[in-house]
Order: sequence, then structure tokens, then C-alpha cells
Amino acid sequence: MSDMSRHALMRKLQAQCFVLDDIILYLQTHPSDQTALNYYKKFKNLKNETEKEYIEMYGPLTADNVEVTDRWTWVDTPWPWERQV
Amino acid sequence: MWTYEKKLQYPVNITKPDARAAKIIITQFGGPDGELAASQRYLSQRYSMPYKQVAGILTDIGTEELAHMEIVSAIVHQLTKDLSLEEIKASGLDTYFVDHTVGLYPQAASGTPFSATVLQSKGDPITDMVEDMAAEQKARTTYDNLLRLTDNPEVRDPLKFLRAREVVHFQRFGEGLRIVQDHLNSRNFYAINPGFDLNKPKCGN
Repeated sequence: MSDMSRHALMRKLQAQCFVLDDIILYLQTHPSDQTALNYYKKFKNLKNETEKEYIEMYGPLTADNVEVTDRWTWVDTPWPWERQV
Repeated sequence: MWTYEKKLQYPVNITKPDARAAKIIITQFGGPDGELAASQRYLSQRYSMPYKQVAGILTDIGTEELAHMEIVSAIVHQLTKDLSLEEIKASGLDTYFVDHTVGLYPQAASGTPFSATVLQSKGDPITDMVEDMAAEQKARTTYDNLLRLTDNPEVRDPLKFLRAREVVHFQRFGEGLRIVQDHLNSRNFYAINPGFDLNKPKCGN
């Protein structure tokens, strides 16, 4: 596993998830803002694609992403608070 | 309910341990204006908030504060991992080390353990929104002070992200206060407490 590309893909996912965090919060108080709604839709799709790619290449982000084989693999990937190596 | 995502909201990668920085940054974990207090304040206030939109803001921001608590904890963890005993003694972190080694414990920079006395859940929507706006500004000042005391760009970067979120949350709570007031009598916002008095028979009836 190339850790450089894992970190780069995680950075991309973090950026897209953050766009959604912020726009969702904005939409709570501006629920009819069409520009914001379109922005939300655009980034929701981008984030879903990146998330799917990340999970396929580097493993689960939530416990229900775990692909069940002959053992439970949830803790095999690093915890997010660990220093990158 | 909540689901854990194995991902920080903002990346933390600190390559150089620094006991002195950890000793002050821990205040944003368990201190008076820290992320633990923020999350419990907003998530507790939701239940007496009669306006759905504002309960939505409290839920989303309360949840984001949990993610910020994890970012602050990751900063402290990475700053204290691999410290030598000499560095721990020289920095004054020894008073923390004796009780917690380098485990994460919610406390203020002063060493005072986390206390729910730093937050309020008043059951009155105007009061709670004003408390929340003040809380975001207090946290923003704390991050400003931490940035004054910190040189390492690897530490400053996530602190700057967290500071910016306080400003955005202040804005959203300001809109929340406006939404609350829009539901009330503008001639006297304080005529009733909509967290208690709505849908109750009037006195004397």
C-alpha cells in the first residue's frame, strides 16, 4: 500500500466532506437558497465518488463499510489520530 | 444516535513532540471554553428548543464539536507521543504525567478537571442562543491566544481551522437567535418562555 496516495486521497475526501459539513449548516438557516442547494448536490456526488474509491482501495470508514470475509477487519487500518508514517 | 467515521474532520500530522504546547492546547479539550463543553452544551439544549430549524443547528454544531474534540485530542496525543522524561520534566508536564502518563484526560490548561459548571442549558431559547454565541466567541479568543503562543506550523494549521469554525458557528447561532425572535412578539420578546409556556393553558383559565 502506498501511504502517500492514501494520505492524498484522504485529504481530498476530508476537503469534500468539509464542504458538505459547512453547506449543510448554512442550509439549516437558508433552506431555499438555490445556489447553496446546487452546490450541495454537486459536492454530495463528488464526495460519494471519492468515498467509494477510498473504501475500495484503503478500507472501511464506518463499521458498516467492512467487507466481511473470514475475519472482521475494522481495526486493521490506522486510527485517524495516529501520526502519519 | 451517532455513527463513528474513521477520519478526522481536518488532518493533524505533527512530527515533532512539544510538551509545552500540549500543556496549553489540552484546554480546548476539557477547559472552560473547550470542545467537550461546547458539544455537551448544544446537544443538551436541543430538547427544549421548540423551533425545528434551531434544534437542527444545535444538533449539527453539537455533532461538529465532537469532531473538534477529536482533532484537539489528536493534536495533544501527537505532541506528547515519544516525549522523553527529560522533556516532560523540563516543560512542567510532569504534574500531568504523574496522574495520566500521556493519556488524554479532559482538563483545562490550569489542571482543573472538566466540569459541566462551565456550561448552561437554561430551557429558554433566547437565553440558550445568547449563551451559545458567547461560547463561540470565548472559544475563538482561546484559539487566538493559543496561536499567539505557538510557532510550529504543523500545530498552528489545525488550530487555525478550529478558530475559523468558531466564527462560522457564531454566525449560525446569530441566525438561530433571529429565527427564535421571529416566532415571538416583537413588542416583548420576553413575554413568554417558548421552551416552557407554549401549548399550555393560560393562567387563570
